[in-house]
Amino acid sequence: MAQADYAALKKGGFMRQKQKGYFSLRLQVVGGNLTAENIKKISEVAEKYGHGYVHLTSRQGVEIPFINFDDIEEVKAELAKGGCKPGVCGPRVRTVTACQGEGVCPSGNIDTLKIATELDMRYFGRELPHKFKFGVTGCQNNCLKAEENDLGVKGALDVAWVEEKCIHCGVCEKACRTGALSSQDGKIILDEAKCNYCGRCVKSCPTDAWEGESAYQVSFGGLFGNTINKGDAFLPLIKSEEQLYRVTDAAIQFFADHAKPGERFKFTIDRIGWDEFKKAMEEAYNG
Amino acid sequence: MADYKIDDTVDITDVVCPITFVKAKCAIEELDDGQILSVHMNDGEPVQNVPRSFKEEGHQILKLIDNEDGTYDLIVKKVEE
Repeated sequence: MAQADYAALKKGGFMRQKQKGYFSLRLQVVGGNLTAENIKKISEVAEKYGHGYVHLTSRQGVEIPFINFDDIEEVKAELAKGGCKPGVCGPRVRTVTACQGEGVCPSGNIDTLKIATELDMRYFGRELPHKFKFGVTGCQNNCLKAEENDLGVKGALDVAWVEEKCIHCGVCEKACRTGALSSQDGKIILDEAKCNYCGRCVKSCPTDAWEGESAYQVSFGGLFGNTINKGDAFLPLIKSEEQLYRVTDAAIQFFADHAKPGERFKFTIDRIGWDEFKKAMEEAYNG
Repeated sequence: MADYKIDDTVDITDVVCPITFVKAKCAIEELDDGQILSVHMNDGEPVQNVPRSFKEEGHQILKLIDNEDGTYDLIVKKVEE
């Protein structure tokens, strides 16, 4: 066996195993979706080159364990025929995860797959001082656990009441879980301070008297490994994709500019100061 | 809003999610297009979710009545597909 360049292999998604000469090959997955064609090819490769099984990672990744070092190039070429690309490990932008979002889920407020795909195109594999994780969840139910990522995106609805469509049935007031809605003098009053933008008023209204525009809540500095920290969502509601990517661009640039090698985003922000970080994010938010 | 005549009632206070909506759905299945069902339900999860489930099934919600005893009556008009 030739001398392995472990750093180069890690960059290409090959995780060194305990077993000498074997690697667990991580594949690129965006938003947790694989095509039937991808899966067929993965199955073939796992049977022919691995031990006939795959491992599903905690972040929607797929790994094929027990790939022999000598087969690496052949395996890569074989996987490419099924539209599969190797993933990444090490200090760079990792798999962008997502729930199914509004395309499939009745609770979804945003097109999570579209957002995840765009984030993947912009940042996947980008070299940074340490790993950096993005996650996109469609609504407050938070199936995708946005706040455990270095940068989490949560789908929201920016809601507005349309008086002439309202039949005052009382459903929205009960559907609201934060007590933000009340009926006063024939009008529905929205207490903005209580609203968490979950969109349940929009989803439950029988006459579409609540309208909602897709919006985004972004959290920063989440961790769920050796240290556990809930990402902080301090910005006001982000109301367009353009504004969202201004913020994500600025956040990742802040990390690239300020982080020490091996330092996760939360600790960079802690060291530089949340006030300075918030200022940078607010500038990006405002354009 | 216009008055309505209730054609049938169903009590779902004796079951928990997800049987609440199953029981309510079975009751509305028995009705004809345009007939009206009153669904008696508990506060909390049922009143938060059952109205929305009827909407997603395409039926028309007319009113949610607060009985002020921890229960609600949801008035739903059956809409055939």
